[in-house]
Amino acid sequence: MTDMPDTTLTSDPSHDAPADHGDDAAGYYTPGAPIADTKAPGGPIDERWQTRKFEARLVNPSNRRKLDVIIVGTGLAGGAAAATLGEAGYNVKSFCYQDSPRRAHSIAAQGGINAAKNYKEDGDSVHRLFYDTVKGGDYRSRESNVYRLAEVSTNIIDQCVAQGVPFAREYGGLLDNRSFGGVQVSRTFYARGQTGQQLLIGAYQAMERQVAAGTVEQFTRHEMLEVIIVEGKARGIIARDLVTGEIETHLADVVVLATGGYGNVFFLSTNAMGSNVTAAWRAHRKGAYMANPCYTQIHPTCIPVTGAHQSKLTLMSESLRNDGRIWVPKNKADCDKDPRDIPEEDRDYYLERIYPSFGNLVPRDIASRAAKNVCDDGRGVGPEVEGVRRGVYLDFSSAIERLGVDGIEEKYDNLFDMYARITGENPYETPMRIYPAVHYVMGGLWVDYDLQSSIPGLFVTGEANFSDHGANRLGASALMQGLADGYFVLPHTIRDYLADGPFEKVDESHPAVVEAKQAVQDRVTHFLSTKGTRSVDSYHRELGNIMWEYCGMERTEDGLKKAIDLIRTLKDDFWRNVKVLGTAESLNQSLERAGRVADFIELGELMCIDALNRRESCGGHFRGESQTEDGEALRHDDQFAYVAAWEFAGDDEPPVLHKEELVYTAIEMKQRSYK
Amino acid sequence: MKVTLKIWRQPDAASKGAMHTYELDGVSEDMSFLEMLDVLNEQLNGKGEDPVAFDSDCREGICGMCGLMINGEAHGPEVTTTCQLHMRSFKDGDEIVIEPWRADAFPVVKDLVVDRGALDRIIQAGGYISVNTGSAPEAHSVPVPRDDALRAFNVATCIGCGACVAACPNGSASLFMGAKITHLGELPQGQPERDTRVVDMVAQHDHEGFGGCTNIGECTAACPKEIPLDVISRLNWDLHQAMRHGH
Amino acid sequence: MAVSGIIFIGFVLLHMYGNLKAFSGHDAYNEYAEHLRILGEPMLPREGALWIIRSVLIVSLVVHVASAAALWKRARRARRTQYVMKKNNASSLSSRTMRWGGLTLLLFIIWHLVNFTIGKVNVSGGATNDPYNLLVDTFDTWWMTLIYLAAMLTLAMHLHHGVWSSAQTLGLTNNTRARRNAKTLGWIVAVVIAGGFSLVPIFVLAGVITK
Ligand SMILES: Cc1cc2nc3c(=O)[nH]c(=O)nc-3n(C[C@H](O)[C@H](O)[C@H](O)COP(=O)(O)OP(=O)(O)OC[C@H]3O[C@@H](n4cnc5c(N)ncnc54)[C@H](O)[C@@H]3O)c2cc1C
Ligand code: HEM
Ligand code: SF4
Ligand code: FES
Repeated sequence: MTDMPDTTLTSDPSHDAPADHGDDAAGYYTPGAPIADTKAPGGPIDERWQTRKFEARLVNPSNRRKLDVIIVGTGLAGGAAAATLGEAGYNVKSFCYQDSPRRAHSIAAQGGINAAKNYKEDGDSVHRLFYDTVKGGDYRSRESNVYRLAEVSTNIIDQCVAQGVPFAREYGGLLDNRSFGGVQVSRTFYARGQTGQQLLIGAYQAMERQVAAGTVEQFTRHEMLEVIIVEGKARGIIARDLVTGEIETHLADVVVLATGGYGNVFFLSTNAMGSNVTAAWRAHRKGAYMANPCYTQIHPTCIPVTGAHQSKLTLMSESLRNDGRIWVPKNKADCDKDPRDIPEEDRDYYLERIYPSFGNLVPRDIASRAAKNVCDDGRGVGPEVEGVRRGVYLDFSSAIERLGVDGIEEKYDNLFDMYARITGENPYETPMRIYPAVHYVMGGLWVDYDLQSSIPGLFVTGEANFSDHGANRLGASALMQGLADGYFVLPHTIRDYLADGPFEKVDESHPAVVEAKQAVQDRVTHFLSTKGTRSVDSYHRELGNIMWEYCGMERTEDGLKKAIDLIRTLKDDFWRNVKVLGTAESLNQSLERAGRVADFIELGELMCIDALNRRESCGGHFRGESQTEDGEALRHDDQFAYVAAWEFAGDDEPPVLHKEELVYTAIEMKQRSYK
Repeated sequence: MKVTLKIWRQPDAASKGAMHTYELDGVSEDMSFLEMLDVLNEQLNGKGEDPVAFDSDCREGICGMCGLMINGEAHGPEVTTTCQLHMRSFKDGDEIVIEPWRADAFPVVKDLVVDRGALDRIIQAGGYISVNTGSAPEAHSVPVPRDDALRAFNVATCIGCGACVAACPNGSASLFMGAKITHLGELPQGQPERDTRVVDMVAQHDHEGFGGCTNIGECTAACPKEIPLDVISRLNWDLHQAMRHGH
Repeated sequence: MAVSGIIFIGFVLLHMYGNLKAFSGHDAYNEYAEHLRILGEPMLPREGALWIIRSVLIVSLVVHVASAAALWKRARRARRTQYVMKKNNASSLSSRTMRWGGLTLLLFIIWHLVNFTIGKVNVSGGATNDPYNLLVDTFDTWWMTLIYLAAMLTLAMHLHHGVWSSAQTLGLTNNTRARRNAKTLGWIVAVVIAGGFSLVPIFVLAGVITK
């Protein structure tokens, strides 16, 4: 949903007004030195990747066997990298917390994967995909990285097809494409509503093949809890075997984190139960910068919360908005009526009303915020949860009249079934209820063009890094990024680093190793010996409520400051009063969660500080203080066209903010408009 | 509503397990089955009792991590995964028996958690197409008839949950294995390794201690993705062909 | 297993055809029995063809029983801890009783051979050298008929699942239609064979077929 009419920067009202958007986060952070990406070559944007690939040094095949690579994560980003580096002959160790690499959360992606194949001859090209992605990201991403992403996107499709990924095809036997997320070209490849699953299984199978070949060793039900830094370089990880509880040391020449997103900081999200920030956060605490942590994507079409027991939220493909009409009652009194009894004139089709030209197809962030506004206004529908009805109708009755039940069935069958199963309501008869939910995080560990973090030897790929989506991600582009990073980017850039290896062996008795291991041990002991009164989940829920309330769809200075206070109190209480039963030497799911929640709490605070600092609205980040007269997001390029890279400064120290200025040479910055 | 839960408790692989009974009140029919267990765990935690260990991750029916034997049925009474089962499928006052997947190839790790690593090892034996990154030809160079692609897709939806094994009176993983063999065997890309794939995968399957298939059909009835029995026929066909080709 | 099972099916079909000769009376039946023995002469010695058939059957039986035993053993090892509660949702009674049913058939076959082929036991004490008379004497005894009918029921069940199962094992049921056909065939084969075999004992007992 991006290819919208633009107005150029000169019409940005912020430019007429004196540009000072304050320093809201003063006192909450320490300013640091600016940083820059030093790896992307200069020159024309379409030659940079070729140049980098050529300049990146090679590793002699006979040396590869002697180089140990640790890859944490087996999603698209990690699985693809493990397979590829294994094929190249490196000695790879792969980690995941699930019982099989195939279960990484990439599996849940439904819609599809973008690639600039231009099979439809509809004017698509690498440059257009690049353009759409930068613009969709509201001009907050790094252009060299995005261009490269668009460039390698076509190789991904070739690779996946060769692996046997069963993409949808046309009658002629060629690949089918659809247009996704409102873009004007059809560049999305898909496998019914299970694209992520099929892509992941392709990567998983490629990786299992390497396991059989002996180049990849797989460690399932292992959770990385610390990174080992020796002489400034990442040299391994400490992981807990979740079955035996043993705390293990794994040493290597290089470490890759492909650990996915941290949307679960909100407790309720469309992420998997185990999705966490621990790996990234532990690295952050050891020196890796965290970039733009506040950039969160909130997806408008999710199934609403039904009660306090809710453990996660389920996404329903955004394609539903192509035929469904979104509305709420005009009058609060109608909110608990049967929707079918509310006459047409008493319904408020608010998206169609506010955004007449885009209607129900406005971008994700806009649709989400509008839903929140009508519910805050007391006009939400569905069951009351904590006193508020959080839901809006997505009504297919006119589409059913137009296309017939069969027509709808053909298009949305599995989604309607899923809805019926979860809610117990029949969406063919009564309108669906939807509400926005946290879905994806654009923020993540800061990386350079080589995908290397600020810690040498620590690379970060996939959703765990910040690199490609700016302040908002386009539909079908996360899968593209995961596979681009894993199959085609990292394997080239990592060799430049490994060309200096094998590095001097690190011994398990090295003080840095001992210290890292001890830190993990201490945390485990602490959780088990606290013997407090509150369960881990109750803290997680409370954190989620704070984040959703104050750092969710709309953020304000006051709200964020309040949230920071609340989180600090919560953190304090958590460390003194959490109750974790069981032992350290066995499968202990409460213990696992305790560690994750501890890190989420710290991350939550940093997200709020980042959001507080960014007194502008861009992409998924909406600051109440920065909107146009009619309530639309307003960017301030003069002050905020930078990546906020946060450095950890110590437990009770304010974080240090390093700014990486965003320079665009191949694209002009514009303000979005959807009216 | 109120339910009586009879749950298999086993502290670890080495210990002996037993069924334990718990009463749970205040269950809402909008809860998913696993959320109901979350509530139980929250209560057990409050009382200082070790919570019940069970697996789940995506909780939307796609990762294949969850899987419980509920009242003698793998994934419970509906054709779906355990995580997508909701309490409205039960009645007030019901007694619900919950056990782990039972198969010697899936040893119990703790309570309701089992080790399904054997399924990974079957894939390692040949459940892939050998194509190194970067060596793939242009995607459109090999058209695939739409129906073949569709058939491949329909069986590629297997989520590797292991319900087929759990439900099978023989403890066989043939449905899982057949799904992969059919998925890859339907596509032109999968032809070169078709013979070795089936031979190696079957050998690994038998080595892992799964039982032999006698075409009873409990697997497909339990499968949340409704993988049909055709895939086992395909597996057998491919196996005979491979043997004829001298494997 | 499938191959041996199908050989059995072929055999029992022939066998059934032979049995039905009983309806044509004493001479036709005995002629058929004699014909079996001189089949293939002079290329083969007397009883040559019969022995070929017999050896094929014996080999099949060994293979069939050995694979059945192997499958049974594997299944037992594959799940050593049983469920406290396990429902059967899709399996037919026939599919679940293949093993005990097969064992019953084995016992029956042994008795059957003792009865008619090897031992030639006439339960009513009559002559054993006249096949037709032996048959009539046997089925005139009500409990012998009962044993045979029970065996045929077991056989019917075994075939009901066995026919479809062997199609599946041979890889012939790769789509929904083929699967449905194989299952229907299972019913037909079961009813025809078990029904066909049952006719003679029933009609003997009812006094329609007499010496
Ligand atoms: C419901 C849903 C639908 C989506 N639909 C689409 C779509 O249609 N198109 C699109 O492009 N994108 C979509 N996305 C986004 C996309 O799926 C993800 O961003 C992407 O798959 C992330 O891949 P990844 O490899 O970075 O991480 P993941 O797939 O999340 O993998 C993370 C891996 O890290 C491991 N891990 C994490 N922490 C640790 C630890 N501490 N120790 C050890 N291992 C660890 C996990 O075990 C896992 O293997 C969707 C996301 C969701 C949630
Ligand atoms: C000697 C006595 C017999 C024994 C012990 C026996 C046992 C078995 C067993 C255990 C099976 C395995 C299938 C399962 O467990 O589901 C089987 C299959 C089968 N049996 Fe028998 N059986 C006997 C006789 C027969 C006879 C007389 C016939 C035919 C007339 C027959 C036809 C079949 C067929 C067609 C199958 C299916 C094979 C497959 O699935 O590949 N069996 N038998
Ligand atoms: S075949 Fe069905 S039951 Fe078996 S593992 Fe796959 S999805 Fe689960
Ligand atoms: S938890 Fe993923 S399928 Fe049930």
